[in-house]
Amino acid sequence: MKKVWRNLPTLRLLIYAVALYILLMLLSSGGILNDYLMIIINICLIYVILATSLNLINGITGLFSVGHMGFAAVGAYVAGTFTTLVWKLPNDGSVSTTLLFIVALVLGGIGAAIVGALIGMPALRLKGDYLAIVTLGFGEIIRTIINNIDAVGGPRGLLGIPALSSFTIIFVATVVTVLILRYLVYSSHGRAMISVREDATAADLVGINTTKYKVWAFVIGAFFAGIGGGLLAHLIQLAHPTQYGFYASFLVLIVVYIGGVGSMTGSILAAFVLTILEKYLLPMLLQWAGLGVEWRMVIYSLLLIIVMIYRPEGLMPREAKFMIPEDH
Amino acid sequence: MALALEVKDLHVAYGGIKALRGISVKVEACSIVTMIGANGAGKSTTLRAISGIVAKQSGHVTFFDKDITSTPAHIIVAMGISHVPEGRRMFATLSVMENLEIATYTRHDKKEFAESLETVFSLFPRLKERRKQLAGTLSGGEQQMLAVGRAMMTHGKVMLLDEPSMGLAPVLVEEIFRTIKKINELGTTILLVEQNARMALEYSNYAYVLEVGVVSAEGPSSQLLDDPRVKEAYLGG
Ligand SMILES: Nc1ncnc2c1ncn2[C@@H]1O[C@H](COP(=O)(O)OP(=O)(O)OP(=O)(O)O)[C@@H](O)[C@H]1O
Ligand SMILES: [Mg+2]
Repeated sequence: MKKVWRNLPTLRLLIYAVALYILLMLLSSGGILNDYLMIIINICLIYVILATSLNLINGITGLFSVGHMGFAAVGAYVAGTFTTLVWKLPNDGSVSTTLLFIVALVLGGIGAAIVGALIGMPALRLKGDYLAIVTLGFGEIIRTIINNIDAVGGPRGLLGIPALSSFTIIFVATVVTVLILRYLVYSSHGRAMISVREDATAADLVGINTTKYKVWAFVIGAFFAGIGGGLLAHLIQLAHPTQYGFYASFLVLIVVYIGGVGSMTGSILAAFVLTILEKYLLPMLLQWAGLGVEWRMVIYSLLLIIVMIYRPEGLMPREAKFMIPEDH
Repeated sequence: MALALEVKDLHVAYGGIKALRGISVKVEACSIVTMIGANGAGKSTTLRAISGIVAKQSGHVTFFDKDITSTPAHIIVAMGISHVPEGRRMFATLSVMENLEIATYTRHDKKEFAESLETVFSLFPRLKERRKQLAGTLSGGEQQMLAVGRAMMTHGKVMLLDEPSMGLAPVLVEEIFRTIKKINELGTTILLVEQNARMALEYSNYAYVLEVGVVSAEGPSSQLLDDPRVKEAYLGG
């Protein structure tokens, strides 16, 4: 009985997810949500993956990584290379295509995780601002490397990627990511990560291998970012170096900090609100006002500044680590 | 008697600042040894060097005849040295219970966990009452109890305590010293750093006086209590 009760939050989360899925499917087939809006919703979901995985690094473990889209780029290009260049998958939506696509996504995640470990290990000797600078540099390095690999299109980008990211796949990937991260945050490993954030020296003194946990936060965060990148590439059928620059990483960072650093619930909500704002409402508003779309960045930055002044902890409190609090 | 801890000719520097210039300390198993000294003498640094959270320039640390000079901090904890750091240092957004659970991370023995927890709760009933409260919202004294309790959960053979009485009301100071005595009687060797020199000397077997990075005096605590220089400098004449 007690065990069932403990597992209830997960069950409730799943029920919400299924209900949301059915609702969106109905709205989409009923024509209320057109294709364009569905793409925006898909992007929102991908941002949920990107933001919650960054929140594991920055919010839960207390590191300051700013180059998250660098990991997404690795995932996008690795997955895209397999589906487009190696397997030349068709767009037929068959079971075997879908399975291969999932394999490609996971390979992309693993690629990103390996890169995460490679930059994590030397970088984690650094603290706060220095780590931020290194991760910023790393994002740019990844971009430059991709820019110079001709096999994946170089500066032209990887073109002709099959449109394999269906709403269903993206939705399932998002739910799985959220559930895994939720499980992790509430596990003893998650608590160890939080203790690193709260006081790394005190964590050392109770026997926690703080370096190991920092590296793992990077590896796991990068893995899911890679999955997000792979999904994105197969949604918009393109992987281009410019998609993964600092502006893109900045958007994810803003979702995490406006949502509330350390609050996964905040990241999920902010991913929806801010993505709809950035990709849909703001462009409309700017067009109406006769301003160029580059003003988005200005408005976005202002928004961040306002939130940081009036609510520095973000919209959701840190204690609301996940949608539904755990029973103890 | 076996030596629980031996520090030999320890040198530590922070950047250019030399904090320790050749400290040697011996702690016999099952005893309470104290280190007293003025602010900045290097007491905390000595404890930090023992538990591996600051780098040593030279010197050796042995723990029950095992050299732990270059062992990483989390392994030193697992080997059996627990450290209550200066200034409490809670995991503020975790509950009291979670703070205690985290400390058993190196071991996975449920029975041992339950026993340690019972010991901690019997010494600090207040923590049991407050076990669901977030550590950051505890009062200063309660946080000090949690800091000691958390260190006890790691099940060390030796406990390093850095100013456990700091910021406590006089009644609580008495209580914390009595608790330390009890922990010692349960079989834990204690190395205690204190500003409250009189109490520390009264409750300990042996004492070291530190002055700007070196040991300036040492001896059985009862002897130092009567030493005129110690009286003059640390016991208010
Ligand atoms: N992180 C640090 N960086 C630079 N200097 C430090 C650092 N920590 C300690 N020191 C210096 O090392 C010397 C010894 O400090 P330590 O904290 O060991 O003193 P202490 O005996 O514990 O003093 P107190 O009784 O005030 O706690 C001091 O001069 C202090 O300024
Ligand atoms: Mg000190």
